[in-house]
Amino acid sequence: MKLSKRIFAGLATASLAVTVTACGGSDSSGNFDDTVTVGILHSLSGTMAISESTLVDTEKMAIEEINAAGGVTVDGKSYKIEYIVEDGASDWPTFAEKSKKLIDQDGVPVVFGGWTSASRKAMLPVYESKDAFLYYPIQYEAQECSNNIFYTGATPNQQSEPATDFMYKRSPAAGGDFFLVGSDYVFPRTSNTITKAQVKQLGGKVVGEDYLPLGNTEVAPIISKIKVALPDGGIIINTLNGDQNVAFFKQIQDAGITPSNGYYVMNYSIAEEEISTIGPEFLEGHYGAWNYMMSIDTPASKKFAKSFKKRWGSDRVVADPQESAYNMVYLWKQAVEEAGTFDDNAVREALVGQTFDAPQGPVEVMPNHHLSQTVRIGEINSEGGFTILEETGVVEPQAWNQKHPSSKGYACDWTDPKKGEKYRL
Amino acid sequence: MQLILESLFNGVAIGSVLLVAALGLAIVFGLMGVINLAHGELMMLGAYSTYITQLIFKQVSFLKPFYDSYVIVAIGIAFLVSGTVGILLERTVIRRLYGSPLETLLATWGVSLILQQFVRSVPLAYGSGLVIALFFGLFTPLFISDDLLNGAKGKLIRAFTWAFSAFLGVLTGGVLSSLVSKLSRASARNVDVTAPSWMRGGIDFVGITFPKTRLLIILITLISVLVVIFFLDKTAWGIRIRAVTQNRPMSDCLGISTETVDIITFGVGSGLAGVAGVAVSLLGSVGPNVGGNYIVGCFMVVVLGGVGNLLGTILASFSIGIMTDLIGAGRLLTIWPEMPSPLYSTIDFFATTSMARVMIFALIVIFLQFRPTGMFPQKGRMVES
Repeated sequence: MKLSKRIFAGLATASLAVTVTACGGSDSSGNFDDTVTVGILHSLSGTMAISESTLVDTEKMAIEEINAAGGVTVDGKSYKIEYIVEDGASDWPTFAEKSKKLIDQDGVPVVFGGWTSASRKAMLPVYESKDAFLYYPIQYEAQECSNNIFYTGATPNQQSEPATDFMYKRSPAAGGDFFLVGSDYVFPRTSNTITKAQVKQLGGKVVGEDYLPLGNTEVAPIISKIKVALPDGGIIINTLNGDQNVAFFKQIQDAGITPSNGYYVMNYSIAEEEISTIGPEFLEGHYGAWNYMMSIDTPASKKFAKSFKKRWGSDRVVADPQESAYNMVYLWKQAVEEAGTFDDNAVREALVGQTFDAPQGPVEVMPNHHLSQTVRIGEINSEGGFTILEETGVVEPQAWNQKHPSSKGYACDWTDPKKGEKYRL
Repeated sequence: MQLILESLFNGVAIGSVLLVAALGLAIVFGLMGVINLAHGELMMLGAYSTYITQLIFKQVSFLKPFYDSYVIVAIGIAFLVSGTVGILLERTVIRRLYGSPLETLLATWGVSLILQQFVRSVPLAYGSGLVIALFFGLFTPLFISDDLLNGAKGKLIRAFTWAFSAFLGVLTGGVLSSLVSKLSRASARNVDVTAPSWMRGGIDFVGITFPKTRLLIILITLISVLVVIFFLDKTAWGIRIRAVTQNRPMSDCLGISTETVDIITFGVGSGLAGVAGVAVSLLGSVGPNVGGNYIVGCFMVVVLGGVGNLLGTILASFSIGIMTDLIGAGRLLTIWPEMPSPLYSTIDFFATTSMARVMIFALIVIFLQFRPTGMFPQKGRMVES
């Protein structure tokens, strides 16, 4: 038994060595007058590490690109961007703690970070009390508008609303009944409240709704409910999280809930990354809605995908959250250059109105600290990508959703001191 | 009729996942009284074994024609893998803690964390190599005569078998990582087991679709239960296991090697967790946390059924399965839509997956108030109690 103990000891040291690889700067030679250090705060361990580590990769790539192009120029001086990566460890209080550390101890002018709404809600009071600035790159349920957070992901009216509209009016199941499935936490519940209100406005019917507790993969009761509620097919809106999708799609296919039987699933949390994990054979013929899809056929989109693969490996894919993360680094750089300082308040003012030719097309920072962006509806194809079916024009973000009963008639505008976080339209 | 049949099938399908997962625990916890919180992680190892077997069948050319049958091979491999790790766990940790349940609970919880982190940070190829090394290291001495092992050169022979096993392990790790590139890198990412084509889709019968994977899981469960019952009731080792669980000192006096019995019991129980891992991998994705999702359900089944009683475990898992379907899918609402509205809204309130869980837990708590020892309490006198 001695030997096995030694093996374990060796493995333990090895795994320690793997975990202790966080901090580091980017390597890029060139002549800079000075350096500026920014914070990157995502989960590198725990359940969210799978998703959030892709954002760290993208943010590093954006920073390297900016440095290679001469860095940030402020007041005639060129700054090289360096970064400190902190691990939020999929634990929400840790996100708040690490934020404090980045702001107070490292004195970073900006933090790029977060994925889950829970982590953002935990960080929000830290940034507000210290008047620091967080850039948050994920599509989320909105109903929030902080002066200290800048949101580059989609709000519901930039994802779920056009998607519901498409499903009810133009999909093969147009006019059909809706069934809503989601994981049991804030995003699916808020998103589905909005969807229910919207379906009612459209004249459709929501015939069922169910939430799977996080971590649970037993979807048999949900399948029976779908079959009772939608005996002849219909529209399923899916807001399940992460690997619960694997269980859901494997099992609904076996139960005959497939596009060929008239069931069409619209997904809000399945991007290219997830398609490759779940397997395109389970998802083919279903739909997704995003601002960015890897199959967008523009030079900017192709360049983004190509540089990511070149930097991190040819088997990697890019998806919507990564594109948002990429955009936010560039938008911060532009705002700093326009403000001529790294000072929070000046950068915040300069940020509103910034435009950027993102991989998805042009985006613009609106007074409510969200981005106006393009919405795309895609059908999942057998190669594991989206076949883009529809593209809206540029859609303005609603921080306070106009279909959600609690926020109807409200908006957010940080450029006007009289309006602020939530004012009546 | 159709509705009853469908509900019954769903209940049995959900119940059989619970049963196959709890079966190993029913032996380890039920018979040996060991609270093994790493049971879920032994399931996870079984699920990863399925994934690795699938990849090997996909990549190695002479196995490719047999790809469709990889699941059956995986069941055997998963049993051996989880059984080996289980025996190692028994030999190193649990053996020292018999009779102190709280310490066992904490220690096995620690082991579960180690195993989770292990699959995250060690490439699966080398992980398999380590298991192979352990397997041969633990089992080769059984085939060497005692005289040699206890003789003058015994230590040397033991060292040699371990060195040989370590060599085999390193060899397996190297070969696997060069054959299957996916196994050569460590990754915290969840992986996926794809059922072979003959297991996809469903069978339509009297207007109901029976998913084939569910049918296979029911079959795996049925076979496992029959094998366990046969093993415990008809084989010599099974009878020894029961003897030791009923009266350890007396069995010891009668010449039963209790230590060997402990190893076999724990090994079989852990191996069954591996088989459960195969079943679970067919339903969802395979990740470091997959076992943790089942552990609470497993203990619930064993406690509800009555500790130490297989029949109780079987009945408990099927009743939980059927209740989950009845409450969670709102069956009563479909059967009797005209029921009075307060009742209707109450049942409708509980007719979601989350609330059905709450309801079932509540019902179990109430049931245990009246029958604290479960459905089938153990009869007779236990020496320990």
